[in-house]
Amino acid sequence: MSNKNSYLSNYFHRNGRALGSIGYFILLMVIFFIGAPEAWIRPNLHQSVFVMMPTLIFLTIPLVFLVASGEIDLSFASTYAVAAYVFALLVKNGVDPGICFVLGILTGAAIGALVGTLIVFFRLSSLVASLGMLFLLRGVILLLTNSRSITIMEVENHWIYPLLVGNFYGFPMQIFWAALFVIFCYYFFNKHVFGIHIQHVGDNTVSAEQMGINVNAVKIKAFMFVGVGAAIGGIFTTMITYTFFPTQGFGYLLLALAAVFVGGTPYWGGLGTIIGAVFGVGIIAYMEIGIIAIGWSGEWRQFFNGLIILLALLGHRLHGERVR
Amino acid sequence: MENIIELNKVTKRFGGITALNKASLKVTQGEVVGLIGDNGAGKSTLIKTLVGVYSPDEGEIFIRGDKITNWNALKARESGIETVFQDRALTPQQSIVKNIFMGKELRYPFGFIKEKEQIYEANRLIREIGFTSKLINAESPVGNLSGGERQGVAIARAIYNNAELIVLDEPTNNLSLNETQKVFDFVLNVKKSNRSVLFIGHNIYHVYDISDRFVILDRGEVVHQLNKNDISTPEELMKIMRETIKTH
Repeated sequence: MSNKNSYLSNYFHRNGRALGSIGYFILLMVIFFIGAPEAWIRPNLHQSVFVMMPTLIFLTIPLVFLVASGEIDLSFASTYAVAAYVFALLVKNGVDPGICFVLGILTGAAIGALVGTLIVFFRLSSLVASLGMLFLLRGVILLLTNSRSITIMEVENHWIYPLLVGNFYGFPMQIFWAALFVIFCYYFFNKHVFGIHIQHVGDNTVSAEQMGINVNAVKIKAFMFVGVGAAIGGIFTTMITYTFFPTQGFGYLLLALAAVFVGGTPYWGGLGTIIGAVFGVGIIAYMEIGIIAIGWSGEWRQFFNGLIILLALLGHRLHGERVR
Repeated sequence: MENIIELNKVTKRFGGITALNKASLKVTQGEVVGLIGDNGAGKSTLIKTLVGVYSPDEGEIFIRGDKITNWNALKARESGIETVFQDRALTPQQSIVKNIFMGKELRYPFGFIKEKEQIYEANRLIREIGFTSKLINAESPVGNLSGGERQGVAIARAIYNNAELIVLDEPTNNLSLNETQKVFDFVLNVKKSNRSVLFIGHNIYHVYDISDRFVILDRGEVVHQLNKNDISTPEELMKIMRETIKTH
């Protein structure tokens, strides 16, 4: 019996936070269903959510890695635009969109490496330093583009368009890519040396260092991963709308961060949940779209977003304080 | 019995200060050596020299009878010497198995982790060193363990790293009686597996209970060495320690 108990308690230690955010998601669905059943059974509500979710997933999941490593990044919302800008500019100049896609993602990784290196080697606060980078990169974009957008109808006839963001029997392709990304990240975080080292580093940096883990390298790689995720999100969005906007991505800054924490990843490092974050994204996306769908005015959106963040945080407190 | 390590007249200076002065110490296979001395006696310099963090300015180091030059931390680990640091170098929110394999995970190609093998091995290790509670298994988070049990996880990790000699730096500091006993049980199991332990402490009673042999350090010098057979009570050890330090 006691043996069973220990397995049960270990199970909850590992999965409690993910289960919590799944619970919230279900609760939210029930509330919506009871509150506005007609809106809820209309498929276009869910379609809008499914269009929004992939981008948020590409932004949010890598943030789980970074937050688990004990750092935070705000600059991803601008990296998102820089990578998309590189992509759009190269496409506009006649470079093969496949190559542009790769270069755009490398741009994201490079920016992540830059931000990470700055923070790790100069021992800067990641919150403040990445806030600076957020403005700086956005400023660079606005200066380079003169605040003008770029239209890239060219991508439509390239094989990369149907492959990445085309329509597959009524489903946007990006949903499949986002799903693949989630599965990959689940294993990457839980069963791969990279994810395990991130958890050790975020848990106790000194211990990790003593046991031979290269703490700086792990953290910089986590920042790079956030950059890559942001780049994928930015490029996908640009392709879907055929347009690069100099201000794109800014709106996702707070939503992606909210999704991380609503998803059950604690802010203090060492722990994180990929599955929880997916449901965190679901909660945020349904809040964003659901409020409008049930016929309430947009003013309510921010109010409910705030409410759900606070409620989720209070709920996740049940998992207790940080153990030391 | 074979000597695992022998330090012969080792001197270590920092600037003008001689932290270790011709200190000699040997640890043979399967014995528990207690290293005692007041704060500032040079215990920590001696340990750090032993595990290769410091290289000695003078003197010789022998591993199983062979003289080693350019002694360093890597050579110490390759020779089977593992340190359990005072803060134990654990990550409390992670499981026991993750902690035991921290930095040395068993990997498939591309860096994925052999989770089942790790859990099996970790369960074997913690049973071997004396975890008996059914409530604890390899997947339990370290944060749920008591201080003594955490020490046990660190010792299990040292054994996994093929330690022949485990250096325990003040392992019973801040532990209750009950927890101290747990650590002693772990140490006895290590000894039973024919490995050696160097036990550093400033609580004479703890060192007395667990050690086969005592090394007394004062102002950088090894001032006395004696076997447990030579004395019969910790008070006697305390008396000898006081006298040797006074006359020294």
